[in-house]
Amino acid sequence: MKWMKNLKSYVPPSFVVERDDYRCIRCKACVEQCSFDATFYDDEEDRVWTWNANCVGCNRCAAICPTDAITVKRAEPSYRYNHNWNGHVDSLKKRAIYGGTPVVSMGNDKPYPIYWDNMLLNASQVTNPSIDPLREPMELKTFLGRKPDSIHVDDSGLKTRLTPQLELDIPIMFAAMSYGALSYNVIESLGRAAKEMGTYYNSGEGGLNKDHYKFKGNIIVQVASGRFGVHKDYLDVGSAIEIKIGQGAKPGIGGHLPGEKVSETISETRMMPKGSDAISPAPHHDVYSIEDLRQLIYALKESTEYKKPVAVKIACVHNVAAIASGIARAGADIIVLDGFKGGTGASPQVIRDNIGLPLEVSLAVVDERLRQEGIRQYVSLVASGGIRNSMDVVKAIALGADAVYIGTAALIAIGCTMCQQCHTGKCAWGISTQDPHLSKRVNPDMASKRLINLLEVWALEIKETMGAMGINSIESLKGNRLNLRGVGLNDKELEILGILPAGE
Amino acid sequence: MKIVKIREDNCIFCHLCEVACIVEHSQSKDIIKAFKREEKPIARCSVEFNYPVSLSVMCRHCDDAPCVEACQNGSMHRDDRGYVVVDADTCVGCWMCIMACPYGVIKRDTRRESWGLSTKCDFCPDREIPACVEACPNEALTLEEI
Repeated sequence: MKWMKNLKSYVPPSFVVERDDYRCIRCKACVEQCSFDATFYDDEEDRVWTWNANCVGCNRCAAICPTDAITVKRAEPSYRYNHNWNGHVDSLKKRAIYGGTPVVSMGNDKPYPIYWDNMLLNASQVTNPSIDPLREPMELKTFLGRKPDSIHVDDSGLKTRLTPQLELDIPIMFAAMSYGALSYNVIESLGRAAKEMGTYYNSGEGGLNKDHYKFKGNIIVQVASGRFGVHKDYLDVGSAIEIKIGQGAKPGIGGHLPGEKVSETISETRMMPKGSDAISPAPHHDVYSIEDLRQLIYALKESTEYKKPVAVKIACVHNVAAIASGIARAGADIIVLDGFKGGTGASPQVIRDNIGLPLEVSLAVVDERLRQEGIRQYVSLVASGGIRNSMDVVKAIALGADAVYIGTAALIAIGCTMCQQCHTGKCAWGISTQDPHLSKRVNPDMASKRLINLLEVWALEIKETMGAMGINSIESLKGNRLNLRGVGLNDKELEILGILPAGE
Repeated sequence: MKIVKIREDNCIFCHLCEVACIVEHSQSKDIIKAFKREEKPIARCSVEFNYPVSLSVMCRHCDDAPCVEACQNGSMHRDDRGYVVVDADTCVGCWMCIMACPYGVIKRDTRRESWGLSTKCDFCPDREIPACVEACPNEALTLEEI
């Protein structure tokens, strides 16, 4: 009776798994690979079958099947169509049945406007030459950190003392994803790729496993409201320190790592008891104002002898420009803006889907505000949250970013299919799990190679596009909004984005 | 000489090495026909599991192969390439090789009319890269020079 459907807890399945019985050779690879108990093998009947209600649509079974016998299809509920209530019936039922608010993962999946797709880039024709990146040098090197108002040079060289800078060979870094949310092997892969590509990965708020200290020189360490795993060695290993005030996927609330994911090594790294929930408070309890933030920034700078830039990460919210201005004045060297499409390992659905601002808009207004106030040089801007491809990177930089963070894109490169089950800890692709058997599914040798491939291809694509625009250095693209034109946007949106409409 | 290196840290217990081995040693070398139309060959590798450890094990082609020593009529022998293989025509199924093998990777095929046949990894003589290595989705089996 274990697998009998019961009306009491019935919500129609989101997916239907179709199996071509002629092609199925009963190798049972799919049965073993399904970590959500959706696929079974019945010995007596010699039959592989599926409990659709448990299927999360991760497509692991379809991917592993050697005969291509499996197709996973989205199941549309066959209720009478109702534009107003469409999609709300089941989510309402779930709350009513279970008495709790659903927790979800990944980024906002609602059909809000994607401004990246309403912006077009320029290219040189006749009156100015385009550049071929395969024949001519193209510079992608970027420095993040506070820049002086002016520099003094004499015959012996630079006289101005510069504040510490992060040197990036490509303007793409791996976003904060903690060890705890992600498996050991994924962190290992991110670290290897960052080292190889001359960029940085962010430890996230879960501290740093001792094994990963070897990536020193390519790590940004995060200090979040839970302060998990923050100690002297941790700060020393980081090339920069990031204070996480907010996260795009869940602005205004803290983090929550379920106890099931707090394994022996996680508990050691996070300095907390094994099996207990890791709960980060919503605010930093010592940061209730810009002045408090300044104290924290300088406390971290003091403790690292002013050798490392300090970044402050905020979620894009309504007054983002004013907040960013305050952060710049509080002494931050880098501001990370996390848009509402940014991912997460766990967030209440209502928060993920309804709070925050698009990254594109926030980036434009923050860059504009800092320029108007004459303090843009005090901080570098890092754009984060929903960067999907290399052209999003180019557009972000043209809107005013110095560099970008990629999180979801990096996970997809490793295998993620965005089934939004990170919070369950059962990731069938071995990414967001602490199960030692599941996490073997990410082979760091293969995954780091894929990440390196991704960054190399994106770098080439960025160079190609820059070449088309007649630009040979990423510095010349920064805040260069004349290379952007808006399509399908209204006057106010164009004004806020600071770009001209197509044709003007 | 090249061998198949087993990397247990990467094995995901999908059994595709076994599937590939069966297909490679089938008559048709077609996955559907091998499993559904023919008498299915025995997989020469086997995936062992004891949570969270899993690994695929197949003949190590030992330098001092005890199975070759134990074979009463020289059916178990080293071929031109240096790999340990069975001569199916002369094997009488006495299973002494199975008794001698320290890895337990020789299997009994009792489906012949006359007598049994010791079945083990032959390092895919028709292929450059053994089928199991090629099929492994997570590079838990790799081909390496020793």
